[in-house]
Amino acid sequence: MVGGVVTGPPVHAAEDAVAAEVPPGSRVSLTVNGVRRTVTIDNRTSLLDLLREHFGLTGSKKGCNAGACGACTVLVDGRRVNSCLTLAVRLEGAEVTTIEGLAKGDRLHPLQQAFIDQDAFQCGFCTPGQIVSGVGCIQEGHTGSAEEIREWMSGNLCRCGCYVKIERAVEQAAGRK
Amino acid sequence: MSQPQAAVGAAVPRVDARLRVTGQAKYAADNSPDGVVHAVIVESSVGRGRVTGIDARAAEAQPGVLKVISHLNAPKLPPVEGRFPPGKPLRAFQDDRVRFFGQPVAVAVATTLEIAQHAASLMKVSYDAEISLTDLSVADAAGETQTYARGDADRALEAAAVRLESTYRTARNHHNPMEPAGIVARWDGDRLTVWEKTQWVQGTVFNLSGEFGMPPDRIRVISPFVGGAFGNAARTWVHSVIAAMAAREVERPVKLVLTRRQMYFAVGYRPAYEYGLRLGSDRRGRLTASTHDVRAESSRYETYSESVLVPGRMLYSTPNVRQAYDHVPLDVSTPWFMRGPGYSSGAYPVESAMDELAHELGVDPIELRLRNEPADDESSSLPFSTRRLRECYRAGAREFGWHRRNPKPRSTRDGDWLIGMGMAAGVYDTMRSQAQASVRLDADGTALVQSATSDMGPGTATSMSQVAADALGLTMRQVVFRLGDSLMPPAPVHAGSQTMASVGSAVQDGCDNLRKQAITLAVNDEGSPLYGADSADIVIRGGRLSLKDEPTRGETYRRLLARNERTHLEVLGSYAGPSGPEKFSLYAYAAIFAEVAVDARLGLVRVRRMLGAYDAARIVNPRLADSQAIGAMTGGIGQALLEHTVTDHRDGRIVNANLADYLVPTHADMPDLKAIFIDGQDYEADPIGVKGLGEVVIVGVAPAIANAVFNATGRRIRELPITAEALL
Repeated sequence: MVGGVVTGPPVHAAEDAVAAEVPPGSRVSLTVNGVRRTVTIDNRTSLLDLLREHFGLTGSKKGCNAGACGACTVLVDGRRVNSCLTLAVRLEGAEVTTIEGLAKGDRLHPLQQAFIDQDAFQCGFCTPGQIVSGVGCIQEGHTGSAEEIREWMSGNLCRCGCYVKIERAVEQAAGRK
Repeated sequence: MSQPQAAVGAAVPRVDARLRVTGQAKYAADNSPDGVVHAVIVESSVGRGRVTGIDARAAEAQPGVLKVISHLNAPKLPPVEGRFPPGKPLRAFQDDRVRFFGQPVAVAVATTLEIAQHAASLMKVSYDAEISLTDLSVADAAGETQTYARGDADRALEAAAVRLESTYRTARNHHNPMEPAGIVARWDGDRLTVWEKTQWVQGTVFNLSGEFGMPPDRIRVISPFVGGAFGNAARTWVHSVIAAMAAREVERPVKLVLTRRQMYFAVGYRPAYEYGLRLGSDRRGRLTASTHDVRAESSRYETYSESVLVPGRMLYSTPNVRQAYDHVPLDVSTPWFMRGPGYSSGAYPVESAMDELAHELGVDPIELRLRNEPADDESSSLPFSTRRLRECYRAGAREFGWHRRNPKPRSTRDGDWLIGMGMAAGVYDTMRSQAQASVRLDADGTALVQSATSDMGPGTATSMSQVAADALGLTMRQVVFRLGDSLMPPAPVHAGSQTMASVGSAVQDGCDNLRKQAITLAVNDEGSPLYGADSADIVIRGGRLSLKDEPTRGETYRRLLARNERTHLEVLGSYAGPSGPEKFSLYAYAAIFAEVAVDARLGLVRVRRMLGAYDAARIVNPRLADSQAIGAMTGGIGQALLEHTVTDHRDGRIVNANLADYLVPTHADMPDLKAIFIDGQDYEADPIGVKGLGEVVIVGVAPAIANAVFNATGRRIRELPITAEALL
């Protein structure tokens, strides 16, 4: 079984008609890491695939493509979302921030620095999603205690098992440490 | 001529940290060479049988679909030999046989991912399905039992004052690294370049060379970053062959990434086990005999086996041991090494039974283990190179507060929670293999060290840079270590905890030789302040050579090279690996302590804290070692309490093939985790004195938790994972 959202002609259409159709596309304008972009894309394209395959922003990762792992977490209008579950065409006018947009030039975002200070990653694959999610967690104010951070970061899986250190990094960046 | 140790042993941060926290680290699927197109695999929806028809018309009619490949039109590939596991490896569309549910039967290639996914969903595959058998508990063994024996275990058991007998079961576990398996393949004429997620770039070269019948020197494999693997990227799986085949057929670079669901059928798993264990001891708890009857799942097309019996034959002094290992061939894909392979599965029954014996005899579990501590390795009759397991018990017990444990089960409460403490030992063998590393010191005083090894998370580039920095007398900033390209000097598979020992020893050798070359150049150079000095009196620090006892007399690498008009010095370092039979029994050890809380009414288990004490000999970087150890505790919590692949035995379908239903530990599951390392080196193991760390740290975690559950509840659960259902 292959996954993904399939939009297409009505289900009663004959197969041959399905085959003949050009994939429906739409034009969308959105801001990614401060840069306005306008693209025409296949309606089935997720925000994650738009970032990775069309914009070359491969920092956001595809771990499950089903919203279960958080590796694809980005900020849309300041809120953290699973970009794998977000259709790109609904983001007209949206502001998207990815891991590539956090540092100011050479100056790392405090949470990026905290991840280095706490050794809060091993393989690094879930790290972009963890960091963006952590930025969201801090902005939302869910950093009152270690337990609260753990609860509000639980949408981001880390199979290397860096959770203890990720929690410390979020604490550090939130100014609790 | 020894060098001061400055970098090795220091908790330095990862050298590639910045790339990883900014999203700049390029993993396999992050590569998009010009003209890249996308491939999506179609898998079998029956558990066994034949493909009788493939209707690709609807898929092929989609605009943007370039090709659909199946056994009906795939190019014939030359025969290949199955080396490990023995058997007939799965090939890319070479016949119509379906060996397991989820086997690739076709691939759709299209200009975009969306079109390829849709095309794959339009494929109509028909089958002549046969009844598949996937249930270990009802299937027969293959009949080729592997055995081990010393003494007469059955007779000694008859005579034993105390006897225990139980069967333990462990669920199948999937590695589930966060990065799915993926590959980008590009042909340039008859040359193939792949960016593959792999723990062994040169292994992929070798395997693709065999699959396509082409010389290995026309294949290049690049894999600088690996997003976790835990073993499952240590084999060239059939999807990689499919991607390379598709790229050749459509004459475009092809990107193929497995879906999370496909990962459950395509890249191996820790096999399920049934482990029948009998222990016999005297009244003081001295073991007299043990028998181990193991049944393990494997596929029908390959016979996979791993070291599940080792802990049971060497961890404790036992004069009489009998072991039998049976493969049970099933209509499933082949299992594969998963972190602590064999050992972590075998430690669960052995360490659970030791806990049970301690309880039966009223002896502290640590004291029981000390009473059975062997003088040498009774399975090989070899002396231990180093075995600091006693020290692990002692230091671990002290740090954990083991003396506060009430040995009487179900005697400590915290509201509705029953509290218990448990411990277990862990062991893993010290593997080493031949390796090479190139070392180049440039005129600017910086060094580049390269080896075709990998980093799936331990921090290979960092630890290798530390070894190089000390041996060359440079700072960490003056050294760059590169890995993950098959054109680099050969390295063994990045698995089995052998990378530090093997590649690290090659790095040390190369850097030692380069340093000696520079010193020789200086003492023979009339223009050098070190002219005429004894080489043995010279040390190098921060890139400056000087006399040990007269630090002001010296010069930098830069001046030395400039004056001699050398652009660089270059050496190939090597490590030969073990040669001939081992003279020592070489293992790393662990003592794991766990405290759990079990909800008395709901059966819910929460780990409250864990501590691991490890004898892994020399620790190159305590910061990285700490991360590895607590990471493995986290993985072990999954193995003990959560992870369980559920198969529908009617057709071999895995019903929880996703990260929402196959449970892994999350942030909210995290207790307080702590790791301590026993000081030491082991120069019998390898020239840099390490015993390997990545595997031993997970061995013993699951039984420590199971034993804590017993202490909390009085319930001995003999099946992993330990679920609420089992405790109610």
